[in-house]
Amino acid sequence: MVNSKAQSNIKKAEVINLTFAYTDKNVINSISMPIFQNNITALIGPSGCGKTTLLRCFNRMHDLYGDVRYNGEIKLYPDNINILGREIDPIEVRMKIGMVFQKPNPFPKSIYENISYGLKIRGIKKKSYLDDKVEDSLKKAGLWNEVSDRLHKSAGALSGGQQQRVCIARALATEPDLLLLDEPTSALDPIGAAHIEELVTELKKTVTILMVTHNLHQAARTADYTAFMYLGDLIEFGESSQIFTNPKEQKTENYITGRFG
Amino acid sequence: MNQLGETSQMKQRIESLKRQDSYFWILGLMTLVFVLVILLSLIIDMALSGWTRISLDFFLSFPSRFPEKAGILSAWVGSLCVVFVTAMISIPLGVASGIYLEEYSKKNIWTKIIEINILNLAGIPSITYGLMALGIFVYQFRLGQSILTAGLTLGLLVLPIIIVTTREAIRTIPSHIREASYSLGATRWQTIWNHILPYSSGGILTGVVIALSRAIGETAPLITVGALTFIAFLPTPPVLAVPPFVSAGWLLDPYTVMPIQMFNWVSRPQEQFHVNAAATGLVLLAMTLILNAAAIFVRYRFRKKYKW
Repeated sequence: MVNSKAQSNIKKAEVINLTFAYTDKNVINSISMPIFQNNITALIGPSGCGKTTLLRCFNRMHDLYGDVRYNGEIKLYPDNINILGREIDPIEVRMKIGMVFQKPNPFPKSIYENISYGLKIRGIKKKSYLDDKVEDSLKKAGLWNEVSDRLHKSAGALSGGQQQRVCIARALATEPDLLLLDEPTSALDPIGAAHIEELVTELKKTVTILMVTHNLHQAARTADYTAFMYLGDLIEFGESSQIFTNPKEQKTENYITGRFG
Repeated sequence: MNQLGETSQMKQRIESLKRQDSYFWILGLMTLVFVLVILLSLIIDMALSGWTRISLDFFLSFPSRFPEKAGILSAWVGSLCVVFVTAMISIPLGVASGIYLEEYSKKNIWTKIIEINILNLAGIPSITYGLMALGIFVYQFRLGQSILTAGLTLGLLVLPIIIVTTREAIRTIPSHIREASYSLGATRWQTIWNHILPYSSGGILTGVVIALSRAIGETAPLITVGALTFIAFLPTPPVLAVPPFVSAGWLLDPYTVMPIQMFNWVSRPQEQFHVNAAATGLVLLAMTLILNAAAIFVRYRFRKKYKW
């Protein structure tokens, strides 16, 4: 089953000639691709192809681990700022772009504290506003009914799938322009994974999503656009329906038909 | 017939290997019992000879020429004051250094050198700290033979312990927890204050308690910086009846501490003073054991709270 027609072609972000290197080895070679608003864009490719590295460029996660050099740009619209620019503070970027990680990583605090944390560090203290936001985010993440009676209990006591939804709610609470998902279902059991996938498809109504996935079926089921990367190069980018049924590049075809990867 | 031999040969070989195993098991057990017996006999001997002197009076009397009247009031108050100053110096400095090295500093040749030297500092004989403190605090800063000097000296002595345990505690926090905080737009300080410190405080507290229990037992550096061996008065009280109500005068008062009091009594010729020394040793041992038990309790509680 392949996701049908893409919904919008307004650009939310755009990667322009991005090259990224750790020390001296290029991990990403001159990639350009658009991210369309209210769509899900999937990054696929074999291990080590640079898809997670590319994702982590979007919220400047690499900056945490020493001086890094980004060549090229990632434009964020409609602000039209280059989020890789030297003059842009990575913290400002992370305020606009949320992220959900491979392994569910709730803070060892209560569910309420987890979800309100993003707002608290933005200086919001008003209890009624925080309460509303926590409820709203949990509803968006499809978790409200399950946890509304234990908001002040530890998030660590939830199942893996529920923890991942807490992480999604935590990222949503700050109303990000763009949500980055780094293999959000790979550490979950099939039921938890199915829940998350369903949720992601639902979420694109309100937020633009860029998702790394190892699971080709997941990309085909959920993504509107798919980018296939191989050894740091973007081999092919297009609507998922085209990539998965009629790829233009031989390498893409070999990968999606399971000849390598 | 293959290279590896018959089944019976294989069985024989397994038998002999198992025998080796049991030899080592017996050897290990014997060493352990040997060490424990020596330790226990020391403690029991001290307890038997010192037990009779343990009473409320012993805690509430000053040392005296008459062994049956002598007590450890000035010694335990002194120990408490010195350890308090030690804690005030070493905890903020040590925890801050640990945080800096783990969360802020760039990993390069200089931080490597600093790291190795901190580990070396932890192994330096304590008397060396005493000599250094004599030069710096007593002669250079003219702090005299005071509680402040002693606290500063012991503070420096236990600083490496606190730095190392702080770093270890911070390192047990998985990086994906840090990344979760940063990904929401938190600054480095927000991440440290809201996450790193609370989640590592169990480990840090354990390190602090171990460091302070080491400080309580130290003697050599304090002899060098001039702890008195006989003192029959208490430091100036920190609380006054008149404004400004608090006083830091006690910091510059002379002092003695428990291990030095003990050392003094042991070196007297009269048998009865040796009994006093044993009783002091017993009190000191109890204090250290209580501190260590507190460390274990704290560690256990935090380990239950934060599972990764």
